[in-house]
Amino acid sequence: MSARPTFDHELEQLNTDLIKMGTLVEEAIENTITVFQTQDYDLAKTIVEHDRQINDMEKIIESRSLSLMLRQQPVAVDLRFVSTALKVVTDMERIGDQAADIAELLTHMDGSHIYTVIQHIPDMAKNTKQMVHDAIAAFVQLDLELAERVKKRDDVVDDLFNRVKDEVIKILKTDGAPVDSGIDFLMIAKYLERIGDHAVNICEWLEFRLTGEINHTKLL
Amino acid sequence: MNQQTKIHVEHLNLHYGTNHALKDVNMDISEHKITAFIGPSGCGKSTFLKTLNRMNDLIPNVKIDGTVLLDGEDIYSPKVDTTLLRKKIGMVFQQPNPFPMSVYDNIAYGPRIHGIRSKVKLDEIVEKSLRDAAIFDEVKDRLKKSALGLSGGQQQRLCIARALAVEPEVLLMDEPTSALDPISTLKIEELMEELKHKYTVAIVTHNMQQATRIADYTAFFLVGEMIEFGTTEQIFSMPKDQRTEDYITGRFG
Repeated sequence: MSARPTFDHELEQLNTDLIKMGTLVEEAIENTITVFQTQDYDLAKTIVEHDRQINDMEKIIESRSLSLMLRQQPVAVDLRFVSTALKVVTDMERIGDQAADIAELLTHMDGSHIYTVIQHIPDMAKNTKQMVHDAIAAFVQLDLELAERVKKRDDVVDDLFNRVKDEVIKILKTDGAPVDSGIDFLMIAKYLERIGDHAVNICEWLEFRLTGEINHTKLL
Repeated sequence: MNQQTKIHVEHLNLHYGTNHALKDVNMDISEHKITAFIGPSGCGKSTFLKTLNRMNDLIPNVKIDGTVLLDGEDIYSPKVDTTLLRKKIGMVFQQPNPFPMSVYDNIAYGPRIHGIRSKVKLDEIVEKSLRDAAIFDEVKDRLKKSALGLSGGQQQRLCIARALAVEPEVLLMDEPTSALDPISTLKIEELMEELKHKYTVAIVTHNMQQATRIADYTAFFLVGEMIEFGTTEQIFSMPKDQRTEDYITGRFG
């Protein structure tokens, strides 16, 4: 029996909040991809609204983690959990921001062929969405193997980004090219690529949580 | 700072009658470092501390076997003079225990026992010891007054000064701040940080935050066994033994 039911309860709450925030972030990406496919601009507007909830959740988790540090002075496995909670919320919040940034760009574009012109963007979107889903699941379930798969998938996303870039360059070189859209496509691709990087960060923090190390560098 | 072993403990066992209080303890205590012993009440950490200057010799029915070497010399050898041993390895206890005499005489007591008679020499030792224990400025105007009039925190630093007066090499501290307020506690902790440059310090503490603040190495004891020994960083961040982790995180039921 644990001699610290209050502390355990608070750690449990922190975990629940992280799962809640993870769900919100995943929803944001899913919605963004739906907007890609459907050009549903009302949905795009809700993504921006949705991002506020994610930001609020970040503050709640930061506040809870700092309060735990102040009052419980966690050590060992507890310290690694609370400190990684503080780190991964930043990555999750950025993912939310970037999903909102993509949604905002989409509302400004005239919708023509977003999903077809640049053929590798749908693939990128599908892969980053899976990365975010897996990264959050890995963190919550302490699944290092799943985290490794996320890192591998990041190479795929990076490769896709380079292909998108090549496609955009090709388009921009044609006469009367839609320069604005071309640049927007490139930005969307860059946001997706960054979302993948944040998913990898979450996986690295899982590694630290379980081993005290990140990429073979001992932090604690 | 070198990493030399000051005290080497090997296969140390201690029985109080039929109670096997220390079970095959092995440890190297590094010179000029602070080593903390932690563990629940009754785990043997204080008993272990006391084996390091043979304070347990005074308890009836104690049986000790194994080896404790101070600078390579066996302290349990029949040739060892325990008075001289305790001059080399001083001790500070949980409750400040100044003698009922003046501040000056408290400090001069040990040196006098060891044969120093010169007033000039004693004055020098008293001032130096009080300075080293970071209490000189607070008591310099009341050296001839009773030590019992000092506050608890001052009394404890006086006891540290008294231990330093005989120029020990090792200081053993058994929960030296558990009876003190937070400010006095911080003063003693700061002092230990200073002291380790000249001495080797071993401390028993129930306050794990204290161990994390001051100790270079930490040993975790449980029912007479030393479960884990490592750098304080390692013990409090990545303990290797589940029992250590359960104890330091408070998961012990």
